[in-house]
Amino acid sequence: MSDKFISIEGIAKRYPGAGGATTTVFENLWLSMARGEFACVIGHSGCGKTTVLNILAGLDAPSEGAVIVDGQAIYGTSLDRAVIFQSHALLPWRTVLGNVAYAVSSKWRSWDRAKVKAHAQTFIDLVGLSGSEHKRPSELSGGMKQRVGIARALSITPKMMLMDEPFSALDALTRGTLQDEVRRICLETGQTAFMITHDVDEAIYLADKIFLMTNGPGAVLAEVVENPLPRDRGRTDLHRHPLYYALRNHIVDFLVTRSKTFATETPGHDPRNVPLVHIGKPGLTIATGGDEQRLAWTAGTSPGLTA
Amino acid sequence: MTSSLRLRAGLVSIVLLAAFLGIWHLATRSAGTAATMSPEYAKLMGLTATQGKSAMPGPLDVGVKLWEHLRRPFYDNGPNDKGLGIQLAYSIARVGTGYLLAVLVAIPLGFLIGMSPLLSKALDPFIQVLKPISPLAWMPLALYTIKDSSISAIFVIFICSIWPMLLNTVFGVASVRKEWINVARTLEVGTVRRAFTVILPAAAPTILTGMRISIGIAWLVIVAAEMLVGGTGIGYFVWNEWNNLSITNVIIAILLIGIVGMLLDQILARFTRMVTFPE
Repeated sequence: MSDKFISIEGIAKRYPGAGGATTTVFENLWLSMARGEFACVIGHSGCGKTTVLNILAGLDAPSEGAVIVDGQAIYGTSLDRAVIFQSHALLPWRTVLGNVAYAVSSKWRSWDRAKVKAHAQTFIDLVGLSGSEHKRPSELSGGMKQRVGIARALSITPKMMLMDEPFSALDALTRGTLQDEVRRICLETGQTAFMITHDVDEAIYLADKIFLMTNGPGAVLAEVVENPLPRDRGRTDLHRHPLYYALRNHIVDFLVTRSKTFATETPGHDPRNVPLVHIGKPGLTIATGGDEQRLAWTAGTSPGLTA
Repeated sequence: MTSSLRLRAGLVSIVLLAAFLGIWHLATRSAGTAATMSPEYAKLMGLTATQGKSAMPGPLDVGVKLWEHLRRPFYDNGPNDKGLGIQLAYSIARVGTGYLLAVLVAIPLGFLIGMSPLLSKALDPFIQVLKPISPLAWMPLALYTIKDSSISAIFVIFICSIWPMLLNTVFGVASVRKEWINVARTLEVGTVRRAFTVILPAAAPTILTGMRISIGIAWLVIVAAEMLVGGTGIGYFVWNEWNNLSITNVIIAILLIGIVGMLLDQILARFTRMVTFPE
């Protein structure tokens, strides 16, 4: 982890609760990502995943701590960090082209109309929506709407993409196609991507690194799982990889049982040095944050890991 | 299917209208026997007493009179005898002026209040108190301060149309979908541009609904206001014809008030449709 493109340093989010008490969604959260990395966050609802993403996007401010992107602490939103919203968030009074052009003209304010249009068109073509430029969002299917959302996010050529369960509202077939598209585009453009998902298979297919979060309130980042699958993985033969099921079982086990019991079972958990899990290679497990070497993988908690 | 439904609905409407006119006609037919009286006395008594004619005009009387009005809508024979077109034009001009002034005040003000939670809370008690006041209650105050009955009527229209527009604008602006605002925020769109490119189009259907409610109220109020201030306008016409005991003209005025009100509403409804986009 020499290249920390994104570094979340000890952030917390608290809300004032009833009777003067404060509710802590999470605190002392440390997390880092390298440039060009695709990270997925998995955790149950209410663990603060979306809050983390909103803080990264600058839409929300942490109660404590800081977020450093590309060597600079962030304050507020930025055109360097594009967000793909769960509900696509297209402006219904604008056409497909209008929605993308709105983003383009926001980034390059001095561009004339023709230049903005041409640039927007490139990204509409990229997501495969050529021919639907003049349709309004209401005339598009769910998958097409999300494609527009992706085109809009990409059109401002951001340094990183933030995705909040972008495909959760889509049917399985469309979801698969869009995952392929997003993966292709991110690899081609070398995007750094941070995605929230509920879907274990989606995380395995897309991510280089999977962040596992425990249940909130008081959620912590429990583990960082490194994806052992090769970078040029394909959707069709993904499940034939010898480590696929070990990885999948590890994540599912975490979600089903360990996400609830993690806090009590792991009293010495250091949020600054979250264990990095290498599936199938227990001896190589190292810590993320510091220099300290830690052993995180234990055969007992994750059956089938060495498959 | 929809066209045949429309056709059938149209047929039912026509049958209902015919039934209404028929019953009206039968109910206002001459009652027959006329009382015998000296011709001089009969002159004073009018047709009801002399020929047993109903005091209420029938649909045919109204029709004939309406046709007369429609043939000469813009004649002007002095203060108490003007064509219906002129009277309606006065009313529409007053409503239009007061209403437009209200639009100019309510929409920018509503925008400010909707975007600022502080202003929203601070002004809320004033709005809550001012809103339920009958616009006609302002009339004496307006007459006293403005000292011009025509402008006072416009002021009354202004004060009655401002509240629905103001409240709807506040509501529309304050309840723009968070994610649309977030889109603008992530694109680093400035406040002014955000107001015009996201908040205004998003709130437009709600604002126009408020404007539609306002024009309806303004048209209701102008009749009453003109009855009070007198001089010109369809409201004054109604009161004047009541004083003339010309029930036929009163009925015609009622009909025209309804039609103009419907047209005003339809215009605003069309504008509302133009700015409403399904998601």
